[in-house]
Amino acid sequence: MDALHGLLGFVFNTELLSQYGWRLLSGVRITAEVVLLSCSIGFVLAYPICRARMSRNLPLRSGAAGYIAVFRGTPLLCQLYLVYYGAGEVRPWLTGAGLWWFFRDAFYCCILAFSLNTAAYQAEILRGALGSVSRGQREAAAALGLSPYRVARHVVWPQAFLAALRPLGNELILVIKASALAAIVTLLDLMGQTRLIFARTFDFSVYLYAALIYLAATEGIRRLWNRMERAASKHVRQIEPLKAAHPAPPRGALPIVSAEAVPPG
Amino acid sequence: MSAAGLLFGPDGWGALLLKGALVTVALGLVTVPFGFGGGLVLAGLKLSRWRAVRGLSEAYTTFFRGIPDLLALFIVYFGLQSLLDHAQATLGLASRLELSAFVAGVIALSVVVAAYSGEVWVAALRTVPPGQVEAARSLGLDRKRAFFLVVLPQLGRVALPGLGNVWTVLLKDTSLISTLAVTDLLRAASEASKNTTRPILFYGAAAAIYLVFSIASNAGQAALERRANRGIA
Repeated sequence: MDALHGLLGFVFNTELLSQYGWRLLSGVRITAEVVLLSCSIGFVLAYPICRARMSRNLPLRSGAAGYIAVFRGTPLLCQLYLVYYGAGEVRPWLTGAGLWWFFRDAFYCCILAFSLNTAAYQAEILRGALGSVSRGQREAAAALGLSPYRVARHVVWPQAFLAALRPLGNELILVIKASALAAIVTLLDLMGQTRLIFARTFDFSVYLYAALIYLAATEGIRRLWNRMERAASKHVRQIEPLKAAHPAPPRGALPIVSAEAVPPG
Repeated sequence: MSAAGLLFGPDGWGALLLKGALVTVALGLVTVPFGFGGGLVLAGLKLSRWRAVRGLSEAYTTFFRGIPDLLALFIVYFGLQSLLDHAQATLGLASRLELSAFVAGVIALSVVVAAYSGEVWVAALRTVPPGQVEAARSLGLDRKRAFFLVVLPQLGRVALPGLGNVWTVLLKDTSLISTLAVTDLLRAASEASKNTTRPILFYGAAAAIYLVFSIASNAGQAALERRANRGIA
């Protein structure tokens, strides 16, 4: 019993929570701000990048492909250092352009680096989703006389949205996890506060508390997304009960059509 | 000094960057057998007959996939160190037991990569029909041989694309080890830029080298997949 208590005391420490709990909470707020801002800005940037990537114009297409390859092929931490420390190198120029207030702040540097990074991933998600809508759908809608706007609004986007939903949720989870890098450039987000508390107390359990908070966020989003996907794909799944109501003919039964086929002429 | 002089000159930092790049590749390659192997073991546990084993292995995956990789590395790194300190106290050793940062980094990365690759292996294991194992067993192979001679050779082809993705993530995650005092590519770039106040040049160079690695990995992965799929549709 004593050993169990000792082990629990080693892993969890409630005194720590009463003393430093507010720090963790303020860290959660910063993390939430970073994630929500980066994801929304990234989404806005992703659409033009995706269109450029799918464009027929070669320079535009290869430019977008290059952007995506660079941001997906290098570590986010390296990109963050480039923005944060790189800004210091061109400080006179930034001051002249009236932009130094932005790059001086680790918070804005994180938002910029994370937005540019997630935009590359989200652009690929959108491209995949748009590509999953078959050409025939567009052609049929155009043949019915729908304007290009209506084809996009009523035919392509509703289907692409469904295909993009799950990967976008995964990307949101990835951004939450990646946002911990902000702590390395001195931002006091959840990870930053955790490191600070550990530096003061040398109490290992603070890392486990932080892990539980991150875990609650990512698991919560995963479950929320499962529900959203179920709700959004109702019309697709309703085919299943219909199939059950009209079971396939038993194997070996003669196909009805060919039995009654009449030779042409 | 010019950019070229800083990188390739006699007092340039190019050599340190190259050394760092080698450390990055070494971190990645040394982690692969432990991370991917651990993932395969984890996948086996997930398909276990015992509910408790299944639950524990699922909890492992949920935990390490649900928290930031940086936090996972810190937990493994500091957790290992405090375990070693406890061991030292209980054994009454005079000197502090310490892990080299490289070894600790490999262990921490393996723990995370095992969680990621476990999912890939589970999906691959499901594609091998149970009849194959039954047939192998009825031919007189024991369970171990049925797995290594019949199931495993078929897994590689199916698991390759997923493992390739995990490798790409791993290669980029090695940069997190730079925060634990291992002079990998990113840390070499940090040292060079602190000494020369040219961060854009050196972080840019590091990014270019990472990009070359990831392009080479993609080419390598495509070649491996072509080879694994030869003779199949």
